[in-house]
Amino acid sequence: MSAPAIVVQGVTKTFGETPALRGVSLSVAAGELFGLVGPDGAGKSTMFRVLTTLLVPDAGSATVMGHDVVRDLWAIRSLVGYMPGRFALYADLSVEENLRFFASVFGTSIEAGYDLIAPIYRQIEPFRDRRAGALSGGMKQKLALSCALVHRPQLLLLDEPTTGVDAVSRREFWDLLDQLRASGLTIVASTPYMDEASRCDRIGLMQDGRVLAIDAPAAIGAQFPRALFAVHGGPRARMIAELRRYPFVASAYPFGETVHFSDRRLAESPDTIRRELADYLAVADLQEVRVAPIAPGIEDTFMELMGESPSVAA
Amino acid sequence: MSAQPALLAFMRKEVRHLLRDRQTLAILLLLPIAQLLLFGFAVRTDIHAVRVAVVAPASDAASAALRTRFANSGRFQLLPAVPHADSLESLLRRGQVDVGVVLPPRLADRLTAGEATRVLVVSDAIDPNTGTTMQTYAIAILRDWQDALGAARSAVRIETRLRMRFNPTLESVNLFVPGLIALILTMVTSLMTAISLSREKERGTFEVLLVSPLHPWQIIVGKVLPYLALAMANVVSVLLAAWLVFHVPFQGSVSLLLSASMLFALVGLAFGVLIAAITNSQLAAMLAALGGTMLPNTMLSGLIFPVTSMPLPLQLLTNIVPARWFIEIVRGIMLKGVGLSVLWPQLLILSVMLAVLLTLAIRRTNVRLA
Amino acid sequence: MNTPAIVARKLTRRFGTFTAVDHISFEVQSGEVFGFLGANGAGKTTAIRMLTGLLAPSEGEATVAGYDIRTAADRVRERIGYMSQRFSLYDDLTVRENIRLYGGIYGLQDDEIARRSEVMLGELEFTPPVTAMVRALPLGWKQKLAFSVALLHQPAVVFLDEPTGGVDPITRRQFWELIYRAAAKGTTVFVTTHYLDEAEYCDRLSIMVDGKVAALGTPAALKAEFSVASLDDVFVTLARGTASSGERSP
Repeated sequence: MSAPAIVVQGVTKTFGETPALRGVSLSVAAGELFGLVGPDGAGKSTMFRVLTTLLVPDAGSATVMGHDVVRDLWAIRSLVGYMPGRFALYADLSVEENLRFFASVFGTSIEAGYDLIAPIYRQIEPFRDRRAGALSGGMKQKLALSCALVHRPQLLLLDEPTTGVDAVSRREFWDLLDQLRASGLTIVASTPYMDEASRCDRIGLMQDGRVLAIDAPAAIGAQFPRALFAVHGGPRARMIAELRRYPFVASAYPFGETVHFSDRRLAESPDTIRRELADYLAVADLQEVRVAPIAPGIEDTFMELMGESPSVAA
Repeated sequence: MSAQPALLAFMRKEVRHLLRDRQTLAILLLLPIAQLLLFGFAVRTDIHAVRVAVVAPASDAASAALRTRFANSGRFQLLPAVPHADSLESLLRRGQVDVGVVLPPRLADRLTAGEATRVLVVSDAIDPNTGTTMQTYAIAILRDWQDALGAARSAVRIETRLRMRFNPTLESVNLFVPGLIALILTMVTSLMTAISLSREKERGTFEVLLVSPLHPWQIIVGKVLPYLALAMANVVSVLLAAWLVFHVPFQGSVSLLLSASMLFALVGLAFGVLIAAITNSQLAAMLAALGGTMLPNTMLSGLIFPVTSMPLPLQLLTNIVPARWFIEIVRGIMLKGVGLSVLWPQLLILSVMLAVLLTLAIRRTNVRLA
Repeated sequence: MNTPAIVARKLTRRFGTFTAVDHISFEVQSGEVFGFLGANGAGKTTAIRMLTGLLAPSEGEATVAGYDIRTAADRVRERIGYMSQRFSLYDDLTVRENIRLYGGIYGLQDDEIARRSEVMLGELEFTPPVTAMVRALPLGWKQKLAFSVALLHQPAVVFLDEPTGGVDPITRRQFWELIYRAAAKGTTVFVTTHYLDEAEYCDRLSIMVDGKVAALGTPAALKAEFSVASLDDVFVTLARGTASSGERSP
């Protein structure tokens, strides 16, 4: 069992009056693809800045590849590949010039890192002379990733690499991360998109500077405390209205085509709940609506945990 | 649909933005006041404390009387007696005297004999305006002296010869070119590095650069050196233009001038780095650079308004304006033809300023974001 | 009166030799919630700029809220509202000041602004004080408030550009409830989003690829047309089906 790549213990960081991180603890195993999941303001970027030694925690400690973030900053800075939000690239340099610059900053060259970045870089290589400012969002993202990888880091820290990028590019990006993880690289990526998070080995849910839960995606789903059902087939607004009027409703939220419903009564069997609900809906003239049990996902659990946390968005 | 409420609403919003941006507001309110004070006190078309040296080969009553007149006039500051005209030349080159009055040998005999007596008035005319003014003052004193002498004797014929040193043709361009070099250097170094560094921070690429084996000072040197090269290229082009187009004289050593320019450029670069380190945005960096360099370099450097004419507090202030010393160096080299032996104090001062600014800039440049 | 709220016919915009929007045509009915989807660089932002009267078309025409975008762009802007993720309210003004500002810009009198503002804040169940600086509000409140402020002058059409980016899942859903309420009152909502579950909430949607409208219809119709189970798959099928040039639409 190799040593964990990252250990964070009780880290707190406050900016003026705003607490960005409140006593956060987590650990990332070597070779893992770890996701930090949460909305804006959850503290994800601040966490990255602590791990990349750009910020010093007000309380608590953190180590990256065995090095303390406060004392051993230069050791960490050589072995980490960092991609901050909004793709920090030089707009007036070409694709190749950007890559070559970042390689040289780490004392290496494009050639030395080529086999690692090849699956990514090959997709933008035809545009190597184009100014980075003229690339589409998806291309910028791939270039930024190549620049972070070219010096063969041991750990990759990606702050919201898929934000503002369309669904196809997002999928492709996570495919690339899968490939990289297969080569043994430890990766920590943050995202506000809960569906992407399911592609990680483990995820940490964050909200308002706190960690709500850390586990494998499936296990996170299992943390949902009640049986969950998908209700669909009828007009959405009416379905939701009726479900919220149901005397035993615990939660009823739209999820795309369906509505996720959970019942307050923990003692009843899922079958009973389903039957009673279907009857209720039929009475409300929604006979075509179907109720089926489903496994809770990350978003279901996130919303549930959010509701328990004191500072929920109103 | 009337546009008036919309316009009013918009104006109200703009006023609120302005009032809430405390930093910018402070600068915008204080800067005009500072300018007003500077203009009020620094702009002097009349001249005080003209340093005059009377060269009298022999001491006699007449030369003593002249010396007393100069001493008692409100405008002149009489320097200790200068025995020879050669010493006067050296004093002029060092910038220690503004006007020299050279009396001929055997003054007393000549006057008694009623011979034509030639008095030479030499003015430092680097600034042609002050040069002619000082000369006028000196001539006025001489006239009074002449009249007083004539009252006691029958025929006193005194002819004054006038010489404008260092700028015989009284070209303004000769005055401005050295100052212009200083201004251009300041703009390219302080202003551009402050903007370039703070723009890197605003863009977000600075963050990525920090998380690398590069030390912050390496990042800074890498950013700053191209501007140094650009600045030197500017100096060369300005000198060429001044020489070829405006025929500004070039008496002294070119290599000394270029070395001094590089020293001054480095001072400007260090200051630009310091500004970028202590400001938070490109806008603040630009305002600080303009207010902290361009303004003093135009008003307080002796570029336009002579330092010696300013009230004492401002004169003291000019001591910390690097451009003041640089302009003295450039004028000395270009117009007076002096070299290291005369200018070493100014060069030393600039070197000390560089050391101080560099230390401050290095200290304030953070190895982290906060 | 059943004139569509938005009509676009062969709307085109070129920048030099590059065609950002290529002869798009569609209609949006009053009170509809219309999703306008597409990859970055597909031409969405350019199309929206034309519809909101900010950019003149190179070819084609469109009417928004009954006015022609070419000849009556200023009248169009009086009748529409706009809110985007990147900019919504002024951070260094208070809640009340922002409301008064937007009300004033759209020509509402002070007492009218006060009345509508009270109703709006009541409906939002807005708990923070109106004297709070917008920058101090949690993101969720900012976005909901920004949307409501965009509706203050009761526009016929409101354009929302990725309004829920980065917002937590509960607030996202509350935001969409606000959208439905507005649509129920007759406001046409034209919204872009990268969340494909949100695309399901739209009455109809269009997907732009390389400047053209590649798909148009209800969520159910589109899924049937492409024989896939989710809109995500529709999107992927369309986007992968074309050769992308990698150029970014200005």
